[in-house]
Amino acid sequence: MALRTSPEIGGMGHSIKRKEDPRFIRGKGTYVDDVQLPGMLYLDIVRSPFAHAKIKKIDSSKALAIPGVLAVITGQDLAKYNLHWMPTLMSDTQMVLPVEKVMYQAQEVAAVLATTRYGAADGAAAVEVEYEPLPVVVDPKKALEPGAPVLRTDKKDKTDNHIWHWEWGDRAATDRAFADAEVTVKENIYIPRIHVASIETCGCIAHFDKVDGKLTVWMTTQAPHAIRTVFALVAGHVGLAEHKIRIISPDIGGGFGGKVPVYPGYVIAVAASVLTGKPVKWIEDRMENLQADSFARDYHITAELAARKDGTLTALRIKTLADHGYADAAANPSKFPAGLFHVCTGSYDLKAAHVEVDGAYTNKPPGGIAYRCSFRVTEAVHTIERMVDVMANQLGMDPAALRMKNFVKPEQFPYKSALGWEYDSGNYAGALQLAMDRIGYAALRREQAEKRQRGELMGIGISSFTEIVGAGPSKHFDILGLKMFDSCEIRIHPTGKAIARFGTKSQGQGHETTYAQILAEELGIPAADIQVEEGDTDTAPYGLGTYASRSTPVAGAAAAAAARKVRDKARKIAAHLLEAAEEDLVWEPGKFSVKGAPNRSKTIQDIAFAAYTNHPQGMEAGLEAVSYYDPPNLTFPFGSYICVVDIDKGTGEVKIRRFVAVDDCGNIINPMIVEGQIHGGLTMGLAPALLEEISYDEIGNVQGGSFIDYLVPTAVETPNWETDKTCTPSPHHPLGAKGVGESATVGAPAAIANAVVDALWHLGVRHIDIPITPPKVWRLLREKGVTE
Amino acid sequence: MQVHVSINGEKHEADVEPRLLLVHLIREVLRLTGTHIGCDTTHCGACTVLLDGRPVKSCTVFAVQANGREIMTVEGLEQNGKLHPLQEAFMAEHGLQCGYCTPGMLMTSYAFLKKHANPSEEDIRWAISGNLCRCTGYVNIVKSVQHAAATLRQGG
Repeated sequence: MALRTSPEIGGMGHSIKRKEDPRFIRGKGTYVDDVQLPGMLYLDIVRSPFAHAKIKKIDSSKALAIPGVLAVITGQDLAKYNLHWMPTLMSDTQMVLPVEKVMYQAQEVAAVLATTRYGAADGAAAVEVEYEPLPVVVDPKKALEPGAPVLRTDKKDKTDNHIWHWEWGDRAATDRAFADAEVTVKENIYIPRIHVASIETCGCIAHFDKVDGKLTVWMTTQAPHAIRTVFALVAGHVGLAEHKIRIISPDIGGGFGGKVPVYPGYVIAVAASVLTGKPVKWIEDRMENLQADSFARDYHITAELAARKDGTLTALRIKTLADHGYADAAANPSKFPAGLFHVCTGSYDLKAAHVEVDGAYTNKPPGGIAYRCSFRVTEAVHTIERMVDVMANQLGMDPAALRMKNFVKPEQFPYKSALGWEYDSGNYAGALQLAMDRIGYAALRREQAEKRQRGELMGIGISSFTEIVGAGPSKHFDILGLKMFDSCEIRIHPTGKAIARFGTKSQGQGHETTYAQILAEELGIPAADIQVEEGDTDTAPYGLGTYASRSTPVAGAAAAAAARKVRDKARKIAAHLLEAAEEDLVWEPGKFSVKGAPNRSKTIQDIAFAAYTNHPQGMEAGLEAVSYYDPPNLTFPFGSYICVVDIDKGTGEVKIRRFVAVDDCGNIINPMIVEGQIHGGLTMGLAPALLEEISYDEIGNVQGGSFIDYLVPTAVETPNWETDKTCTPSPHHPLGAKGVGESATVGAPAAIANAVVDALWHLGVRHIDIPITPPKVWRLLREKGVTE
Repeated sequence: MQVHVSINGEKHEADVEPRLLLVHLIREVLRLTGTHIGCDTTHCGACTVLLDGRPVKSCTVFAVQANGREIMTVEGLEQNGKLHPLQEAFMAEHGLQCGYCTPGMLMTSYAFLKKHANPSEEDIRWAISGNLCRCTGYVNIVKSVQHAAATLRQGG
């Protein structure tokens, strides 16, 4: 995209430096735990050692004897206000604090309120709880077997652990296509439970002012407005009304989806503050974060792909079992219990597809949020990209050639997929070809053949993903009934500077910079002169928040729409100042001039001043606008990744030698920031592919519950990512942009897994579940008779 | 117990519990909140500060162990209104996103560059391997440290 603004204005396409950075590099950011209020109390939480147990007795006496401990709050205390249960975003229910039994290890059992942080921790350690262990259900398949212990005994008439069944697509047509297929392949693919593990954990400070009845909550949330409404709906009966609730989401130390849900700690802190009238701080530690906050993935998938012998893919059939823990606390749009998993036909022109998903309850933490992806799209991409590779090998075709043959072609856009999505734009072959050229694909295949002769293990893996982001059109997308629009309010001051506020909330994405650039592009006001604010529900316009790569597709579009409203008024004022007809004015970023008389012009700054000092009679003063943007469609970023791995036969270690990522996110606002998002996304794709997993033993003990054994990649495991791009603008987005924050996390795991399987295919390996750890590969090699 | 520490060249005295962690002395007693907390197990490095010039994870040091010693935190990098070359480099190379790991990264890199004027990419990767970043994928952090090393070599 050609630059339309000067570097001084800094509109779209300029890699301007981030406005956020001066405070962060000085240690002057304000994260939730940095806020300290006079008289503040501290909350610490007692957690269950058992995965499933009756609570027989909670003895608080020793805790209460500790100096500074003010109260021990239990489920019985909250039950008096009917606050011991709360709704999840998926209209299920989850405990705030238990009254009868605990459902997973590390579940909240009681909370201790004290005058100091250490005192609260001492108190939590001193609370004595007597449990009676109950049978534990860990495996979701066993959870659905007849005779399995029914976990949700709180639900009247519930006789099993089945949450919901959901299906999409044309079952009959898909079954017919499979019956007629010349070649079919089938694999069981498990995508394990992982955790976003943002470096800042979750927490809040709740401050209820008893005099004016107002609750202010500083909170690690990606969606402050939605949280405010949920609080008002859930706690209305105890006197919290929405105009008396203010949610402040200050600087956020990474979100990735983990800061969308409402966790019990927040609710307990609010309740404690309402009761005491004092500010109450709750900050979870890392182990609480990993063991109790919402997980991602945990999909048990059986996938089948059908094709003709010439390599034409014909149909996809998927059955999935979703382990949601003891409550469905996913953060999906209401209509889609499996999120956007039904984008699983990916980048391929498949004529028939059918997908079924069943949700199951187990004795694990609740959830099912995204891990830096748009509602289950990673699960979808991993499945189709693995299956395409399995099919390629079955057919004896090169996986790049099979992809090229079956891609949706540029002239087919807008493309209606077999599962009903309308893809906005794409050039999938272009991205794959660029990735192949960049990495030297043909030479790598030759090298691999030579190495295989010598017994060395080298693999090349491709992932040609299509993302689906920017939820979403209000016709189909809501969370708890709230339509998934987003907003921008812009006010131009008399001196031509501006403030803009949004319903989203950056967690590191750089909104203060990129939103200012969008407004600079549209108004010609330098980005440096535009103050961007988010995250305070008392000042920002209502919006649904930042997740699912929706900020640029939705709020970014709102910024453009609001700026264009401002420009429309500015045109009227310019016409008045220039004594010309509106239709005779020509706009270029920053000024209106009279057609044919370019010297007769007024800058946006002139116009802003006039809006307050010399506006036309009959027009309201001021220069501001607000837009609540309802996107007409989602956007579909895409890309092709190629990964080269070498496998150590002695240790089973997978070493990523090279990784080329070609991304296409449409028109780019800030290339520097986009590249940074891709680097980070790739690393969060590498993580589940090779390192991260949260698993449970047979009695529900969490494995991977601290950074000792939950392996977040360091700089040493992370390769030097090579990035490139193509640009296929979105035809329906006002800026032609698509969203990018999550593409790489979605696309990368399949490229890595495909590379490893490619290295081992000749040994008879068809699939390996991620994370592909050294012990897993080592065992596989020994099974196949490979020695050092 | 009384502890006397020097933080960023300023002397402080505090009466603390023997078990108080250094990170809590810095953040909650002295109210320098640039030093962050990200884990309980000394893995993430968000709390890295310099103790007598050596990087330590201040969540695993008691405040009393710092008695009589010099502490440097991220707030001490800027001198007389002039940013340290590392701070300039992190901004120039987009070496940060959410900013939460950044103070720890800066302090680790500061101590590392004192000893290694011209480090290789691999040296830098190992040097920061005790500091986790979830946003950047490290590529631009490595570039930032290289950028700062070059500035410092030129006397920056």
